[in-house]
Amino acid sequence: MIISFTLNNKVISIDVEPDKRVIDVLREDLQLTGTKEGCGSGECGACTIHVNGESRLSCLMLAAQLEGKDITTIEGISIENKMHSIQEAFIQYGAVQCGFCTPGMVMAALDLIRRNKRPSRKEIREGLSGNLCRCTGYQKIIDALEVATGATDGGGPRTMKKGEE
Amino acid sequence: MPHTIDDLWEMIYGNQQAMIYAGGTDVLARYRSLTSRNLTCIEDIHELKEIYQQDNLIFIGSCVTHTRLLESKIIQKHLPVLIHALKVLGSPQIRNMGTIGGNICTASPAGDTLPPLYVLGAILEIRSIDSKRFTALKNFIHGPGKNSLQKDEVLYGIWINTKQDFNIHHYEKVGQRKMLAIAIASLAALLKLSESGIIEDARLAWGSVGPKTIASEKINKALIGKTLTEASLKLIVPLIREAVSPIDDIRASAHYRKMVSENLIFRLLKYGGHNND
Repeated sequence: MIISFTLNNKVISIDVEPDKRVIDVLREDLQLTGTKEGCGSGECGACTIHVNGESRLSCLMLAAQLEGKDITTIEGISIENKMHSIQEAFIQYGAVQCGFCTPGMVMAALDLIRRNKRPSRKEIREGLSGNLCRCTGYQKIIDALEVATGATDGGGPRTMKKGEE
Repeated sequence: MPHTIDDLWEMIYGNQQAMIYAGGTDVLARYRSLTSRNLTCIEDIHELKEIYQQDNLIFIGSCVTHTRLLESKIIQKHLPVLIHALKVLGSPQIRNMGTIGGNICTASPAGDTLPPLYVLGAILEIRSIDSKRFTALKNFIHGPGKNSLQKDEVLYGIWINTKQDFNIHHYEKVGQRKMLAIAIASLAALLKLSESGIIEDARLAWGSVGPKTIASEKINKALIGKTLTEASLKLIVPLIREAVSPIDDIRASAHYRKMVSENLIFRLLKYGGHNND
């Protein structure tokens, strides 16, 4: 079946089985391996992509659902080969350990920031609640986003007080 | 992918085995164990994605996502109990994909929207190519994963009457963690509380503590006329114990679920009744 959609700002048509999962289409047919598969059942968020600007899980979508949609993957968020400010913040604040959850975390974060330009620390945690980090490096991921969204005034992440959350 | 309801009838007509899904957060989570890939996704059917108000009735199309419901001014204004439940449903990604119709048809005992929809008295509009019928949610779900849809039918939408004069909309879910958790037990409650703290009307429903949502006229009636105090809530504990029939599973024991179901009602005290205790 020929399926046409916009992928990272380019209109493309591909011939693919309509019941193939989108995560497999991206990784196998389109060689976009930035999007990861963790659990394959919608619990870990590693396969997060944007569909018409909203974060969704590519392991819970079939190819037929791509028709006519606007799809953005982690490969599509840099501008003119320059990393997105969120990616820069992840590097600067050590928010990447093994890196497997990172693409999904970044895509979930972008959806959060689109809806809420200056999220609080609590809102960041809620915005990332669909993404698991198997290294359990959550604090640094939240720190990075807190700085990138201007929740602190450039003086680095806010120090958490005991029992604050 | 059908874009109109007529496209859908054309696609599923004579295709009796077609499995219909909306957001895919339940059906496709079981992708590898599906026995058939004869699937039809209805999430792009425009008329199933509408929310509107018609006099005292709110219509929610079956394919409205949880995120759209949370953003809807109509739902925020009239159905706070549903908003409270949606806030703790799944994760942002699941809420962007999952639909209210899917949550109903999946008929999980732990479906987060079901106890609120029960207490709101939701009526379902079910259509086939040549028929249309209405049924109350409580008659639609028979048990875990079991609903009354016939092979050629789809859940078209949900109707809720806004003329309900409850001033307290309460929802609480207990899970193993705050987010992305399947409920161990949950309670949705609508109360009409007088200024002096008398319960004038009550509708309660529990999730995850029986094969389907647990609601009991006996419990609702027992609350009416009482003041909202710890003492009067204690009186209905035996009725709750009798009404719920939880199971042991990976998330919690039946005993624990029973205990939580009972304790959840005492949260209602925060709405002011304790002043009269």
